Amino acid sequence: MSSLLKNIIRFILFILFQVYILNQVPPLHQFIVPYLYFLYILWLPFSMNRFWLLLVSFVFGLTLDYFTGTYGLHAAPCVLIAFIRPFLLNLLIPQDTTEQSYLEPGSKSMGWAPYALYAALLSFAHHFYLVLIEWLQFGNFVYFIGKVAGTTAISLLMILLAEMLFHRTGRARAKG
Amino acid sequence: MKNILFFIRRYLSFLSFLVLQVISIVMLSNASKTHQSFFASAVNEVTGNINKRYSGFRDYFTLKETNRLLVEENNRLRNQLAGNFESPDIRKEKFIDTLLRDTLGRARKYTWLPAKVVGNSYTLQNNYVTIERGSNQGVTKGMAAISSQGIVGVVVETSPNFSKIMSLIHRNSKVSAMLKKDNSAGSLEWDGADPTYLILRNVTKGAKVAVGDSVVTSNYSANFPSRLMIGTVAGISSESSSNFYTLKIKTATNFFSLQYVYLIENVRYSEQVQLENSVPKN
Repeated sequence: MSSLLKNIIRFILFILFQVYILNQVPPLHQFIVPYLYFLYILWLPFSMNRFWLLLVSFVFGLTLDYFTGTYGLHAAPCVLIAFIRPFLLNLLIPQDTTEQSYLEPGSKSMGWAPYALYAALLSFAHHFYLVLIEWLQFGNFVYFIGKVAGTTAISLLMILLAEMLFHRTGRARAKG
Repeated sequence: MKNILFFIRRYLSFLSFLVLQVISIVMLSNASKTHQSFFASAVNEVTGNINKRYSGFRDYFTLKETNRLLVEENNRLRNQLAGNFESPDIRKEKFIDTLLRDTLGRARKYTWLPAKVVGNSYTLQNNYVTIERGSNQGVTKGMAAISSQGIVGVVVETSPNFSKIMSLIHRNSKVSAMLKKDNSAGSLEWDGADPTYLILRNVTKGAKVAVGDSVVTSNYSANFPSRLMIGTVAGISSESSSNFYTLKIKTATNFFSLQYVYLIENVRYSEQVQLENSVPKN
């Protein structure tokens, strides 16, 4: 399966999963909103041009917005994490070896600890920005940071579960 | 110019990040305007369609719960139907007028109250009539009940809004009755055989009785006013060993189709009963 086709299918599945399963979950706690859709952006290939990365993330976030009726609310955090992503990857992985033999970020290509850190930082950035523009103010700071932390924790849990559930080798065929 | 292009090339990703962020925020800030644009409505057509299919699919899982809610709602609405509400009868139809004592010095003895029949049995040995009028509406134990055709029974139990009448067709029912023609009194009972026939015992053999004679309530009853219709004589049996006739009475009241009864309160009932039950002191 080509990388393009795989990512198009993922695009659809992540959107549907977020809209029709996670968004249907009854409120668990005031701090916890289950978000997993942005894992799509975390899983985009290494080789992707930065500009395309931003554009795809924007369209992805906007697609979710059209389902939830909040135009731009999810697009902005998606663009943000797509912008941070390359810098973070540069910091976390040995550039030359991994990018040549693996297609996309994952526990196999990066190792569990760097992958968890990568996912945690991007989740935190995403939720921080999302909650911020959702409220357009800090409000009660303890509540704000609690909501960001709780949402990040539950997202991280789901990201790690997804990593264990789905077998992604992510090894580039051409480069062996 | 060359420098500008170079600058754009170099910071393409950062610039596109900024542009996309600005687009997002602008979209968010005038969401309602965007909503009206053609593009948004076209996209809504798509997402709305998907949403509709999904909810149609999801509805199957909630059918049970939906059913339960509908049943609950139906039940609630049914309970609000006007037919469920019945104001207990609080009318009072007075015998003469509301005064305890009228201008000629006659004192009131009987008060009449109408009541609706809500329960009636006639197939058992001990039959009762339930009426929708209770102690809150002035019903007391011992009140007599009559229908438009004839007497029905005596109130034996009351609750705040309902009362139970011991029907004439009850094995323990005993009403003082007399022949209308010559006032020969007897005791009216039921033998438990046929709900349309009662037994009148202890009518003296001196009475001139014939089949078809009317039987009415006697003067001796504490519950019933005198001369209310009970029924007609349908059969006469005389035992040679006794001085009394035993008469078979066809009831005037149709116990199978009672709809309304009138309750009769004897204002001096307790006084009379108390006196009758007291032991004479000589």
